Amino acid sequence: MSAFGELLKRDVLITWREGGAVGTALGFYVMVITLLPLGIGPDLNLLQRIAPGLLWVALLLAALLSLGRLFEIDLEDGSLDVLVASSLPLEAVAVAKCLAHWLSTAVPLALLAPVLGLLLNLPLDAYGPLVLSMLIGTPAVSFIGGIGAALTLRARRGGVLLALLMLPLFVPTLIFGIETVSSAIVDSGAFGPSILILSAISLASVVLAPVAIAAALRLQVQ
Amino acid sequence: MKLVAEGLVLTRGSRVLVSGLSFAADAGCALLVTGPNGVGKTTLLRALAGLFQATAGTIRLEGAADERSVADESHYFGHLNAVKSSLTVEENAAFWCRYLGGRREQVTTALETFGLMALRDIPAGYLSAGQKRRLGLARMLVAERSIWLLDEPATSLDVASQAVLAAAANTHLAGGGLVIAATHAPLGLTPARELALAGSGARAA
Repeated sequence: MSAFGELLKRDVLITWREGGAVGTALGFYVMVITLLPLGIGPDLNLLQRIAPGLLWVALLLAALLSLGRLFEIDLEDGSLDVLVASSLPLEAVAVAKCLAHWLSTAVPLALLAPVLGLLLNLPLDAYGPLVLSMLIGTPAVSFIGGIGAALTLRARRGGVLLALLMLPLFVPTLIFGIETVSSAIVDSGAFGPSILILSAISLASVVLAPVAIAAALRLQVQ
Repeated sequence: MKLVAEGLVLTRGSRVLVSGLSFAADAGCALLVTGPNGVGKTTLLRALAGLFQATAGTIRLEGAADERSVADESHYFGHLNAVKSSLTVEENAAFWCRYLGGRREQVTTALETFGLMALRDIPAGYLSAGQKRRLGLARMLVAERSIWLLDEPATSLDVASQAVLAAAANTHLAGGGLVIAATHAPLGLTPARELALAGSGARAA
């Protein structure tokens, strides 16, 4: 298990030190949410109604931006060969890498969301559910996105391909993530069921995605 | 300990690189895989490391403890160094040491062997090609594996470093290890046997 922890630690440290990927994702998120109200206009009711959707969609796209590099950095310098050949199961390697992405990119994005919620006139009651839904839902983004990252590993400039391939799989996460926040605003009673389904999606992807990622990586190193 | 490959068939797409290759490599003796470019030396090493799926044939280890596979017992050192630019020299070596299950003091030994102690706090991104190569090679020493699979290990090394590499590999051989190297240059490994790959047929010399 120590190899797992070491890999996780190294990946978080590298992302933190290089800063580029997280910076791009956070910068993209801030830009989109800052520009949208300017484009839509100062209708506060409208902004409030669409805020959960905007915050979730922009977070998803921002996370996708950084996912392309997930395995690429290890392919470029040959580390991937050593990781695949080592005695730690490749599924565990996949979990460590996706978990590192979640910790270093998805969590900062989720924590930034309430700050951006201010710009969209998000009501105070919704801040808790917003952060909660994002912390619960983003593991699904990191792990499902990992499948795309592994599949498009050798495709040069595979970022768009990754997004196109994986977008359908992100739809459930998106729908229930948005519903969790919306239900807190209009008090529709859907909060409980939504957050439970969102948790289920996340847990399922954490368990199933590593198997797919490992299979894809084995093909990629051939 | 002995590495035995029998009836190995390696194909890339529809191209057969190696067909029906059988050889054995004994502990304490280096096996130099030679042959022209594109003949399948790298593919053969990757197959031994468990990275490439052979179309047919078996690779097994005779006389290893509790049925360990060749991949579990080997260090694979390819064309790329597996060195992270944003980590320092010491962090790179220490990561592989902990990841591959080595002992802490092996990091210092490995860095000393390859003359990298003076550079240990420098980010690996600042190293020259040869220094990066040496840092990559230091991975062989940070954790013990009985088989070293080296793919053109002497690339971009200066003469002194090539001698260091040869000395490290010879020490490994003398300790009952196994070295299989794909190479064009004579690496100075003793004792050594040659496995010449030629076209889709191969003959052991």
